Amino acid sequence: MALSKQEWLALEAKAHKLRLDLLETTHMAGSGHIGGGSSVLDILTIIYHKYMNIRIEDPKWEDRDRCIVSKGHAGIAYAPLLVDLGWNDPEQLKTFNLTGSKMGIHLDSNKVIGVDASTGSLGHGLSIGVGTALAARVLGKDYKTYVILGDGELDEGSNWEAAMSAAHFNTSSVITFVDRNGAMIDGPTESIMALEPLADKFTAFGFNTLRIDGHSFPQLAEAIETALAATDKPTCIICDTIKAVGFGSKAGDYRWHYGAMDDDGYEQAKKDLEAYYAGRKAKAEQEGN
Amino acid sequence: MAGGLTYTAVESTKLATTELYGQAMVELGEAHPEVVALTADLAGSTKIGDFMEKFPDRFFNVGIAEQNMFGIAAGMAKAGLVPFLSSFAQFASMRVADQLSTDLCYQNVNAKVIATHGGTSFGQAGSTHHAITDIALVRALPNLTVIVPADGYETVNAVKAAYATPGPFYIRINRGFDHVLYENTDYGFEIGKAVTLHEGTDITVIACGSCAYQALTAAQFLKNADGLAVRVLNMHTIKPLDKEAILKAVTETRRIITVEDHTVVGGLGGAVAEVLAEAGKGCAFTRLGIQDHFSTIGLHEDLMSLEGIDSNGIIEAVRATMGKDFEADDNWDDEV
Repeated sequence: MALSKQEWLALEAKAHKLRLDLLETTHMAGSGHIGGGSSVLDILTIIYHKYMNIRIEDPKWEDRDRCIVSKGHAGIAYAPLLVDLGWNDPEQLKTFNLTGSKMGIHLDSNKVIGVDASTGSLGHGLSIGVGTALAARVLGKDYKTYVILGDGELDEGSNWEAAMSAAHFNTSSVITFVDRNGAMIDGPTESIMALEPLADKFTAFGFNTLRIDGHSFPQLAEAIETALAATDKPTCIICDTIKAVGFGSKAGDYRWHYGAMDDDGYEQAKKDLEAYYAGRKAKAEQEGN
Repeated sequence: MAGGLTYTAVESTKLATTELYGQAMVELGEAHPEVVALTADLAGSTKIGDFMEKFPDRFFNVGIAEQNMFGIAAGMAKAGLVPFLSSFAQFASMRVADQLSTDLCYQNVNAKVIATHGGTSFGQAGSTHHAITDIALVRALPNLTVIVPADGYETVNAVKAAYATPGPFYIRINRGFDHVLYENTDYGFEIGKAVTLHEGTDITVIACGSCAYQALTAAQFLKNADGLAVRVLNMHTIKPLDKEAILKAVTETRRIITVEDHTVVGGLGGAVAEVLAEAGKGCAFTRLGIQDHFSTIGLHEDLMSLEGIDSNGIIEAVRATMGKDFEADDNWDDEV
């Protein structure tokens, strides 16, 4: 197993803390991308807290691993993580979305420390990731690039231009995740614009393709280690996730792509997140070793 | 070299702008290992292929996928390289507007777009391959420096200046075969500073790109034929615009004509009009360019004639503008 019980439990605790931060930020801001923020949070947590080679004291270290969050609307999950790492002032989260704030729905790489690319317009991240990987090759560096795509954004054709080039240039140092939460703003992906068979598509484009439970840290760890070991092809890890996971009855409901909650909803969400964490923690304690 | 269409005969007095650009890129590549080049299946046509042959490990052909090329370049620049991206101007602007804006300009990365076949210079290819709205689009983008060189030597200067200046650039050149305007690169090129090609106090023609040579030819003709002193400014930098030169021209000549191989909406003419309107100076003003219609198929020289942006068109416009009224009193106070 790629993950020790101790690591697993630590990741569960960190992800729980970050989900609470996401909730807190959403409550302070008045609304937020709860759905896609929570669905991607385990992916973000494990790459930043187990795999990425970064220096907390030097966030712009030129040999650092890169992370391109192509689904830029995950800012409400990503910003708390970048604050929690110590790179940004916690007070900034209290100004999230406010006029003049450094932080808002889509994070600006020139304003928020640790953001490797400004995203928001969809379908840009994989191209940028191929670019950072090719730069590593030219500069003789061995850093990795983690790219996180939303599933809905895969409708954008530019992703497939980028996918073709990732395989063509064999940028195996790019590890691509798809946050496959199954929903986009207007409804389920398969009714708005069908993506399946998604794994076959990436495989046909020249990727090693893995499909896992994106809320299982052991599965994420195993997939990432497979990807890190690959040198022949880039790897795509399709992570089946649940939109607004952990938020009680909101989980899996596409209408919680973006939402606001009142004080009662906020109190209920805190309880829901605690219950969700308790279940995941118990599982880690039972199955970890 | 893959070249697409067979071009018409090249006059011996003309030098392909793209050839000189290709040489300049090779020189930059030799001096600076962080310079890389990208193209989208136009290595031959854009002459970036010279760099490819010299530095194959620093050259990337992404296929016919301009959006991806711009994203890749942004990632490369973020990681410390200085990418030069080459494609036809229509695709390096309109096709990739979102990537140019979001990936290059918003992030303010150090990437340089070399947009070839600007204006109607790819004449026979028709409207799909004419870039007649690119200047209007790109000059609206914050952080972007926009240069439209007038010939091959100016292109070399622009490319070198782009390397020496951090931030995104859009350099719009022709398919090649420009008339040679300068004898060499040593004429004092500076980003944001217009070059006076011909002195004059009766009227000023402000031109960019291939129209600069046409304006100079017109001025020389009008001096002899009409006894007119036509000032010609080569406004090679569209952004940041040389407002000082425009204000000096309006004060000293009171008549201004802009000429560009581009629509009159929002390009050089639009940019100059903004400066004139804000200055509150009365003057006779004419914008030459493509008059808000799609261009047609033909030889570049013929198209420039059809659109009235060649020397004959400029001569006619100068004569007409000389007869235009403007508030000619010397009291400027009421015009501010």
